[in-house]
Amino acid sequence: MTRFTLNGKPVTTSAHPMARLLDVLRDEFRMTGVKEGCGEGECGACSILRDGKLVNSCILSVGMMEGAHLETPEGISATPGGKAINDGYAEAGAVQCGFCMTGMAVATEALLRENLNPTEHEIRTAISGNLCRCTGYALIIDGIERAAEKRREIAAGGKTERSERTA
Amino acid sequence: MSDFFRPATLAEALEIRANHAAVPLAGGTDLLVRYRNWAGTLPKIEKPVVSVGHLSELRGISVHQNGAAPDLSIGAGVTYGELLAHPQVPELLKNSIWWLAAPGLRNVATLAGNLCNASPAADAVCALYALDATVDIAGAGGTRRVPVEEFITGPGRTVLRTDELVTAIHLRPDEGGVVFYQKVGTRKANALSKLSICARASVHAGVLESVGIAVGAVAPTIVRSRDIEATLIGRPVSDIAAHAAEVVSRYEPLVRPISDQRSTAEYRKATALGLIGRFLMERLTG
Repeated sequence: MTRFTLNGKPVTTSAHPMARLLDVLRDEFRMTGVKEGCGEGECGACSILRDGKLVNSCILSVGMMEGAHLETPEGISATPGGKAINDGYAEAGAVQCGFCMTGMAVATEALLRENLNPTEHEIRTAISGNLCRCTGYALIIDGIERAAEKRREIAAGGKTERSERTA
Repeated sequence: MSDFFRPATLAEALEIRANHAAVPLAGGTDLLVRYRNWAGTLPKIEKPVVSVGHLSELRGISVHQNGAAPDLSIGAGVTYGELLAHPQVPELLKNSIWWLAAPGLRNVATLAGNLCNASPAADAVCALYALDATVDIAGAGGTRRVPVEEFITGPGRTVLRTDELVTAIHLRPDEGGVVFYQKVGTRKANALSKLSICARASVHAGVLESVGIAVGAVAPTIVRSRDIEATLIGRPVSDIAAHAAEVVSRYEPLVRPISDQRSTAEYRKATALGLIGRFLMERLTG
């Protein structure tokens, strides 16, 4: 048995401890926002947060998760900060096929928790482990900049007129 | 299906190693890729696995005054992300980590895990060679400490016995000076090196006081020649720069790369020797 916290809820799994965390999250806990792309830690589609840090769930085994706090795209997007990321991406038109998007959003959450004023270079570094085959990244970076602005507004205690942006 | 052990203490982990020859699992970024299987199935590993990344004895980075020289001790469970955040980790090692993989992997992968995999292309291990790192190995009989050059014996081969575990890596804390790191790869993130060079030096009043030059992915193990370095120490850096071609030619027999999917032997050799020359001619004279 392995015990961990999933999106704030304590859970237990009887999956084999060498089972991939990705498979357990998708098949047992129905967290299908966690995608399998490459299956070897290169593409970031399976990104989640473990104890607040960005990790690739395709190359973690579930036995390593004992006592960990895990957050999936489902858990993140249910928060005001997660909604800000989704809205930022939507306003920028950052999504094409969408497959990389949940992983991108998790990487964005990891970045914005530590840095509400990221430079373009810091944004590029933060998503350097997340591959997008459609967009060329420019609109994703725009989306993250918009998300950062929304997060600054949340941190400042609400939206101000001056910083209102139109899509 | 393999057995999986999650010991509570280092002593317990060593017992499991001794009794089951279990494969140590720290971050898993190499192990779980090597034994990758179809989605929804278990990794293709027959041997038992012992998880060690969580052990408190292997966590943390600490600095001790060891006689006259301070010593930086890096636990075997410390991730690359943790190393980047620590103020006393040498700049050369940090430079190699910045170019290694991507944030999600650096939050999981450990320096000790990379060391034990003993890839000649491991970027941070190349920095360990240049920085005179030593490795603590624990077994039933106690702990022994070996220099990194003796720890790795060939591609994927080390002196670690099946009943032992690496517990820590020791370095001098960051000491400033000249630092030169160049990785040659196809892209910035998530690219394995075609080759890399890690070099550091201290120069006082124009004279070279100490130097470490290591080159990765150009031979079965990372290349460092203390013999060649000894001929440089005590010389004015302007003199070394003026005779750089001669120094580089002494590295020529040591740089004997192979061709593989990432690069060719010819490219690797020419580029590695060129980068050694650049360090001697441009960086030392700063």
